[in-house]
Amino acid sequence: MKNIRSQISMVFHLDKCIGCHTCSIACKNIWTDRKGAEYMWWNNVETKPGTGYPSKWENQDAYKGGWEKNGDSLELKGAGKLKGLKTLFHNTHMPTMDNYYEPWNYQYSKLLDSPEMDDQPTAEAVSMITGEKMTPKSGPNWDDDLSGSPIYARNDVNMKDLSPSEKETMFQLERMVMFYLPRICNHCLNPACVAACPSGAFYKRGEDGIVLVNQKQCRGWRMCITACPHKKVYYNWNTGKSEKCILCYPRLETGQVPACMHSCVGRIRYLGVMLYDADRIKEIASCEEKDLLKKQLEIYLDPNDPEVIAAAKACGIADSTIDSAQKSPVWKYVKEWGIALPLHPEFRTLPNLFYVMPLLPAMAQINDDNNYHTASSALWDDMKNPRLPLKYLASIFSAGDVNIVGKILEKLMTVRLHRRAVTVGDLNQNEVNTAMLASGLTPEQADGIYRLTSLARLEERFVIPPAHREEAIEMIEETHIHKGNTGFGFMDRPKRGL
Amino acid sequence: MNGIILFAVLPYIALFSLLLGSIYRYTYSGFQVSSLSSQFLESKQLYFGSRPFHWGIIFIFFGHLTAFLTPRAILAWNKVPLRLYILEITAFAFGIMLLTGLVLLIVRRFKTKRLYEVTSKMDVLVYIILLVQVITGLWIAYFFRWGSSWFAMVLTPYVRSVFAFNPDIIAVVQLPLMVRIHIVSAFIMIGIIPFTRFMHFLVYPFAYLWRPYQLVIWNYKKQRN
Repeated sequence: MKNIRSQISMVFHLDKCIGCHTCSIACKNIWTDRKGAEYMWWNNVETKPGTGYPSKWENQDAYKGGWEKNGDSLELKGAGKLKGLKTLFHNTHMPTMDNYYEPWNYQYSKLLDSPEMDDQPTAEAVSMITGEKMTPKSGPNWDDDLSGSPIYARNDVNMKDLSPSEKETMFQLERMVMFYLPRICNHCLNPACVAACPSGAFYKRGEDGIVLVNQKQCRGWRMCITACPHKKVYYNWNTGKSEKCILCYPRLETGQVPACMHSCVGRIRYLGVMLYDADRIKEIASCEEKDLLKKQLEIYLDPNDPEVIAAAKACGIADSTIDSAQKSPVWKYVKEWGIALPLHPEFRTLPNLFYVMPLLPAMAQINDDNNYHTASSALWDDMKNPRLPLKYLASIFSAGDVNIVGKILEKLMTVRLHRRAVTVGDLNQNEVNTAMLASGLTPEQADGIYRLTSLARLEERFVIPPAHREEAIEMIEETHIHKGNTGFGFMDRPKRGL
Repeated sequence: MNGIILFAVLPYIALFSLLLGSIYRYTYSGFQVSSLSSQFLESKQLYFGSRPFHWGIIFIFFGHLTAFLTPRAILAWNKVPLRLYILEITAFAFGIMLLTGLVLLIVRRFKTKRLYEVTSKMDVLVYIILLVQVITGLWIAYFFRWGSSWFAMVLTPYVRSVFAFNPDIIAVVQLPLMVRIHIVSAFIMIGIIPFTRFMHFLVYPFAYLWRPYQLVIWNYKKQRN
């Protein structure tokens, strides 16, 4: 443990997401409501099953995003030194605007400026690129709530492991099932976008792990767009530069919660610090696929372990950051309770956004008498025959490992059984104890999960470490030089002229 | 008189503009230095235009450069007729490839509505000057044989005299019209590099080849590495 770094990480609780898109709008209003960025949704919410945005982004056979293991080495799938420079003149696997959607607006002014006519004036859709009239045929959440499922949900890439009959049952009207998947940049530990950038414009911030694009250094070679397997780097067609989620770093640095998280109506989002061993990144990112998830979770170090604390201090991590790491809700969900998983670990980018598995769509079965199951034994039974196939969840969150997903759903179920025993008291305590034993949770942990999931206030959900920006000036000069500059410094040094 | 302006003054204006212009643009409007790719708006036609265009122009560019730098080597190579034919035919093929790509790119740009939004006046100028350059170049290669040899004997001394700040235009002004157009438009092309999308070739990312894949930037000095 010689090279410990801190990383701002996130947890999204999928059981709580109501799919209202407030996060997307908050982000759009602050960051991407400009020319060239109209089509960008640094934060977007997808309905699963569905093809998402851009369409079928998870299909790396087509988009060639992420890393692939080649013998002992790790290579970018669709970019890299030689591959990238060879395809600089035409990036073979880069999505175009048609894979996202052509942004449009409505001619609202026509409603006001129209002369008196026999008919009502209409506000027709016009393209925000060409200004011509257009008929919108796709959008960022065109398949919201399973709409158009024959085209969208049925083509979900994650159903590749399901048998035809399993697939069919998912689309029977009575068994239709869905959940929401909000997505932002994962600020990965092994970011493919950084590795793919020929200009070196992409970088990961050492102090908090936020991945950013230096807009001045970006030359529009577009390799990042191909390389990011989550398709969370966007090309601004107007400026000719790439842009991405910046995790609202100006807000974070001033102790504010990122806009998408602050505005979240369902309070599904959590943010906190994780300490990790940067020397292990390469080893873990290039391990066997079956070990990927387990090993990624190993990279995060226990912030309460005295040895880790000492090593972190030796690496220059501030005490306040270590303190934040100890209170981190992400640590609790991901490591202490083990109920949150990263998105598509098989892309080998070691993403830092974790999702608490959605229990409700898996369990929500209706009896023959049109009522939901309520007896504990019936609920427990459903684990074996879930309405949302675990294989489907496993394909999204655990590189296909059904056991890990099942284990998490069992834990979430146990929390419910435990809380029901506590609050309603109509369950046999033995039954609850059996569930506890089976899932490996203690009653204290179950209470902790319950508390952080449903009662936690803002300060518990978001534990933001002080950014210590006041020290950033040391990067430029010795601080004493700036004495007398009232902390602002000069744009040009106040040097006496010749 | 015209000869002096075009072949003894224009080259210096062009080089001066290239040197100061690109330094100025890189330093003061670095944000605007980009490949300005329009692949995001249109990809299919770009594939057939951009690849032949770029590979073609790179070969032709280095061909010209070799002739400027090592005329003797070119002449030595051309001593054997078969080798001369190979060189001329290859160069001509790359020229055709370049022209094909360029025409496809121009057609693409004016056929695709979306691209109007990202097409500037300077882009039109770039297309015109490239067309003039490529067509005159192919014309010269076809009608005034063998270019690779007389280029090394006539033009290389001229270009060298320009760089020696003692332009010798006696031979150049007597060249056929097509050749003179080719030379003048080359100088214009060099001169407008900092003010057009040509700028992107100056920032070709060679450094990527020896840079480690991951890049971490620390804000605080106290951090190691």
